Amino acid sequence: MAKASSPQVTPQDSKDKSNKASVAIEVKPLMGNEAIARGVWEAGVRVASAYPGTPSTEILENVAHYPEQDIEAEWATNEKVALDVAIGASFAGERAFAAMKHVGLNVASDALMSMTYIGVNGGLVIVVCDDPGIHSSQNEQDTRLFARLAMVPVLEPSDAQEALDFIKHGYEISEQFDTPVIVRSTTRLSHTRSLVRIGERISQPTKGFVDNIAKNVMIPSHARISHPRLIEREQKLGDYFNTSELNRWEPGKTEYGIITCGISYSYVKEVAEDASVLKLGASYPLAEDLISKFCESVDRVIVIEELEPVIEETVRKLGFKVEGKSLFSREGEFSPSVVRSGLAQAGLLPASESTPGLAPQPLARPPVLCSGCPHTSAYMALRSIDARVAGDIGCYTLAAIEPLKAIHTCVAMGSSIGNAVGMYKTGNETRPIVATIGDSTFIHGGIPPLIDAVYNQANITVLLLDNHTTAMTGGQDHAGTGKNLRGKKTERVDFESLIKAIGVKWVRKADSYNLGNFYKCLQDATRYKGVSVIISDRPCVLDPVKIKGKAFEVRAESCVGCQSCMNLGCPAISWSGELHDGHNKVKISALDCMGCSLCAQTCPSDAIHLPSET
Amino acid sequence: MTTAAIKPLKKAQKQTQKVQRPRNVLIVGVGGQGVIMVSKVLATLCQKQGFEVKQSEVHGMAKRGGAVFSHVRFGETVYSPTIPEGEADVLLALEWAEGMRWMPYLRQQSGTFIADTQHIVPPFACRNRTRGAQSGYVSETIETVMSHVDNSFAMDAMGIAEQLGVVKAANTVLLGALSTALDFDPEAWKSVISMFVPEKTIETNIRAFDAGRDWALGFDRESELRNLTDTHSLQQEGLAEVKVDRSIVEITEEWCKSCDICVKFCPERCLVLNDKLIVEMAEPERCTGCRMCEWLCPDFAIAVRTPDQISQ
Repeated sequence: MAKASSPQVTPQDSKDKSNKASVAIEVKPLMGNEAIARGVWEAGVRVASAYPGTPSTEILENVAHYPEQDIEAEWATNEKVALDVAIGASFAGERAFAAMKHVGLNVASDALMSMTYIGVNGGLVIVVCDDPGIHSSQNEQDTRLFARLAMVPVLEPSDAQEALDFIKHGYEISEQFDTPVIVRSTTRLSHTRSLVRIGERISQPTKGFVDNIAKNVMIPSHARISHPRLIEREQKLGDYFNTSELNRWEPGKTEYGIITCGISYSYVKEVAEDASVLKLGASYPLAEDLISKFCESVDRVIVIEELEPVIEETVRKLGFKVEGKSLFSREGEFSPSVVRSGLAQAGLLPASESTPGLAPQPLARPPVLCSGCPHTSAYMALRSIDARVAGDIGCYTLAAIEPLKAIHTCVAMGSSIGNAVGMYKTGNETRPIVATIGDSTFIHGGIPPLIDAVYNQANITVLLLDNHTTAMTGGQDHAGTGKNLRGKKTERVDFESLIKAIGVKWVRKADSYNLGNFYKCLQDATRYKGVSVIISDRPCVLDPVKIKGKAFEVRAESCVGCQSCMNLGCPAISWSGELHDGHNKVKISALDCMGCSLCAQTCPSDAIHLPSET
Repeated sequence: MTTAAIKPLKKAQKQTQKVQRPRNVLIVGVGGQGVIMVSKVLATLCQKQGFEVKQSEVHGMAKRGGAVFSHVRFGETVYSPTIPEGEADVLLALEWAEGMRWMPYLRQQSGTFIADTQHIVPPFACRNRTRGAQSGYVSETIETVMSHVDNSFAMDAMGIAEQLGVVKAANTVLLGALSTALDFDPEAWKSVISMFVPEKTIETNIRAFDAGRDWALGFDRESELRNLTDTHSLQQEGLAEVKVDRSIVEITEEWCKSCDICVKFCPERCLVLNDKLIVEMAEPERCTGCRMCEWLCPDFAIAVRTPDQISQ
């Protein structure tokens, strides 16, 4: 995706200049995340902040395509900082926005739980993208449960058009009811492109900072006054949603009625077009009167919602007989097939007859570390010293699986260092303890645990895998890259100085492309008593620019088919079709090889060279 | 707040006439191949033809060589962004094994299967290192697929693009073939393709599109199948039969001086230094008999006996 090339160019006029005069009725194909960004801009938001996380990343990338004079768009160091920045902008009287993935809300939740007591000055909307089916996450928690805990309203769009509309609607609710508002997306909505009617930006008059200590300073005496206000607000919001256009009753056959929300609505319409449907655009607090009326109008009530039975439980609480999770799973992503088979199980639709056709055994094609990835050799070296490795979140988590198999734990952003400290403190571990963490993850959540490790005198090694980008989410800048979200130059965190300032006495930079040296360095670091830090200083081969060196070649006559090079898991290496004593020889794809030379370094029979070497 | 306002919407909003069902095109391949770009071209074309379009993909792992897919649905009204299993009218595969993966999504009988015959073999498919090991790549041949799927097209898009001298336009060749499965005017295709490719390459891409389209129009499945059956027996003979049996690593403990070389270099990591710092075979079931330890031991402490030697 093109990054903030020119802040003056907005998506709507970058392609179709002729239509500029009539943008109010223009229709464009937008991805869910693009539509959210458009909604943020149209709603007159002044400050938007986020930390990248699939499937939410493209939201802020797209906000940054709108003019700088309209909206501040920035990468925060983590989700809590992102929300704090947005809260600050709200305090200052402007509309504010934060985006994050579902687990990002865990990080930001401390601020959210207080902010819900405080309420807003300028409107505040938080987009949280859930990941049913766990396409690219560590769990599939349901944000609606979090919202219930925080007593914050949740809006759930079902397509890109609603994504745009609900963002704008969210700001009205936020300001009318004095509450932060969560708009919940899911992977499928965020990454589906459909036609959207776009509008113009409506600038909001600034309210300025409103001095009100009782409202803005959450101390016990103030919180005690706020809490009953919160309960009252929840009631009012429920009443509001009873008649709000966000919830839609689509009449149909009365034998059964379906209550649904979000992307599941599209699956329902796909397979049961004639059914009575209550589509809830607001899934917390629920429009109880509306739901009751709907339930009374049909003979049988079915709730179709991804993940947790939030709506189902409320319907049951209201005294209606309801079916939901008995037919539709609490886990995974829904699809038209899932909805159809659930309704068939309920006897409401004919079971789809499966006609056995050609169904080949699918090829396992898991994601792998790229050819030339600077992480690969770091984990090769870690295996060689037989370390106990606490991993973290990033591309390098892929080193946990075949063939590297060099990571033993992975919990949450920044957990590796704290986990390593705990392993050391038990005194049980005989192997060297190493925490591995990427640059962006280190900035996100690795600094406090490193201070903890020094303070509590742990004997661990931290391997900081600095590849100069947030690679996992597609190469976003961060505080350690020297560039901001709009691609402009800014201060860059100096990791070495930072780590020394924390009190680490043993810090060394090492180049992971030199396997021998890296191994030696790792040996030295793990033999040091105390906290040692190695900064692996090699840029990602894909972002921000593709680094392609000369491709290496296999000399077939020298290759003995030992496949040591295959231990790298490099996607550029595969079997050549030739055999040596029955063993498959290898070849290197010149197109895919980045020229990192690691395979040449590992080859015991010296069969891998650059073409120029004779 | 009164509940009087709670009423169902008017029936008039509903379409009285049953609209035609949407058309479903599933485009699949491997990260980096251009699946998303191909589906964007199709989605834009459908939109320009006045259809409602939904295009759905999952990002995140695409760059790391994983499987990539994109659902494109178009029609008067499109609800679900994803295509139900068994309901793809067209399955367009940019890579052979990915085409096999998504085969159950193809509509039985009437569905059209168009696949590039190129193989992108992932490192995972080459994990078995024993003697005579076969790649774990899908075993379905062009012949199998063509005899099972009525409307199937197996094309060497890269080869066609190479012949034209426009290697980078292989995906446009595939679009040309796809155009024969959908009812859009070829000129409409070309104008949309022109929007997506660099201006300098418009002309070559148009040629690539025409070549792909002509290839698909001239494709005769029956005669193609006959050709494949003729050549098949020859290919079978080329495969050498190799007996797969366990090798044995013999270690002369007295000669081992704990240098650790064999442990570090074993591609399967099946050797360890034991408590006495003598090398030991820890995971014999992983040993592939590659002889690396034997060759690298400076003290001739290791001998590998292959199955043939054992039987003698």
